[in-house]
Amino acid sequence: MPDVVISAATQVLAHVPSLARHGSKPRRELAKHPEVAEKFTASLRTFDQAAAYPPHQAWIGNIHPRQLPARPWMANSGEPQRRGRFGEVMPEEEFFGLLAAVDDFELFALSPEAAKAGAATLAAHPLAKAFDLDRIEKAAGDIEAIAGEAKALRLAEGAVMRCAQSDDESLAAHVLIDNLAAKATATLALLHLLDRSGIDPKSVDYVIGCGEEAIGDRYQRGGGNLGKAVAEAAGLTDASGADVKNFCAAFVPALVVASSLVSAGVFNRVAIISGGSLAKLGMKFQGHLAKDLPVMEDVLGGTATLVEADDGKSPRVRLDVVGRHKVSAGGSAAEVMKALAVEPLSRHGIAMTDIDDFATELHNPEITEPQGSGNVPERNYRTIAALSAAKGDIEKADIAAFVTQRGMPGYAPTQGHLASALCYTPHALDRLTTGDARKVMLLAKGSLFLGRMCQLSDGMSVLLERNGGG
Amino acid sequence: MLQGKKVIAVGERDGISGPAIAACAKAAGADVVFVATECFV
Repeated sequence: MPDVVISAATQVLAHVPSLARHGSKPRRELAKHPEVAEKFTASLRTFDQAAAYPPHQAWIGNIHPRQLPARPWMANSGEPQRRGRFGEVMPEEEFFGLLAAVDDFELFALSPEAAKAGAATLAAHPLAKAFDLDRIEKAAGDIEAIAGEAKALRLAEGAVMRCAQSDDESLAAHVLIDNLAAKATATLALLHLLDRSGIDPKSVDYVIGCGEEAIGDRYQRGGGNLGKAVAEAAGLTDASGADVKNFCAAFVPALVVASSLVSAGVFNRVAIISGGSLAKLGMKFQGHLAKDLPVMEDVLGGTATLVEADDGKSPRVRLDVVGRHKVSAGGSAAEVMKALAVEPLSRHGIAMTDIDDFATELHNPEITEPQGSGNVPERNYRTIAALSAAKGDIEKADIAAFVTQRGMPGYAPTQGHLASALCYTPHALDRLTTGDARKVMLLAKGSLFLGRMCQLSDGMSVLLERNGGG
Repeated sequence: MLQGKKVIAVGERDGISGPAIAACAKAAGADVVFVATECFV
């Protein structure tokens, strides 16, 4: 079986305070409690606050997650840095321009002032040549008149999303803006990947989407294929695509599928992309407001990962060391982790202490704790460490050290697919090339039961290894 | 304690799943009327 590597990975954030109220939770709650809306608006972060926020700096690659300062991170922010080694944090004004630039159906509308600002800022962007700036001009119109159209959604003072068909819930304005935002963030990440890797866009054969959006119409609600839509938007004229869906766990199966396609010789280069989940903006805002914290779910993530045949230097994807959560496996946290972290390593005689970094669900605890959801990564790392002790790889007394050395603080937005190992991929590339790591394990988990088709959860893991021998 | 009681079993994805709670409640003689697992992340 020919070796496959991850040769590039990028990730971006779009800071979208105006869109935070259009997340599923604020959309429902603020309508019921208009008195809360004022506090919600007053608690939104400025771009500089969002760009300086340490977890966002870890996201765009200016620091490793283990270098995060002491919490609270909001109080220990440094200077805002828009750009990082993995990508950027894009301001809203510019992102509105990008939404218009990737909107094939002229459903997203801007006021003339917002269109002018979006076009001007995108024209000055380092990737400006890749954006269809003419579309932004076309998106400009009488925003009050457009907001008055049937089932149109006012997003911000200068931005409106139209519905595509007034009687099709799958093509409602709030669904379409969710999908368009995913397309825009994923496209931005893919453009950064092309720019940073320097590869010919025509050399990418296939693009696999692994995000949380559900693209479709009433007859096929999850029809999908953001992969191909993003391939087109990023100028990958010789690529096709499809999506892999698996709730928050989708990235690892997408990576395994992509790597298998390359290993089998079906394709030479496959990109895996995902965009942000607008539905999850402001999801835990009630906990934040109750503790006088800012609304911290105000950014959309976007990611791109490139898989290709062994280039002799990039980290290898060990397709023989894949863990999966079988139907017959138990559903407890420990059983899921046994299937993902213990079984595939044991099968190959690899000790859990041979793994330098475990990348599991890396949700930012500063977002989840105020709402009572606890520290998700810490829970996962304790479980992995306890299983390592049970297996005999470490002493019970070494559990805390295992968590510190092989785990890390969570730093991802609560858009689950981004948090589920995916956000660590560019860091893993660093650690396995210029860093001193030899093995990194990616573990993703997904809550299938939320869709009410079965009571199961799912998960998958895969080992990444330094090229030239782990 | 649960003999003859009606039980709603709501599990948590990082803890105990709904079906596991339901199985225990049933074994203790409860009438499980609803089972679900939720994600609070």
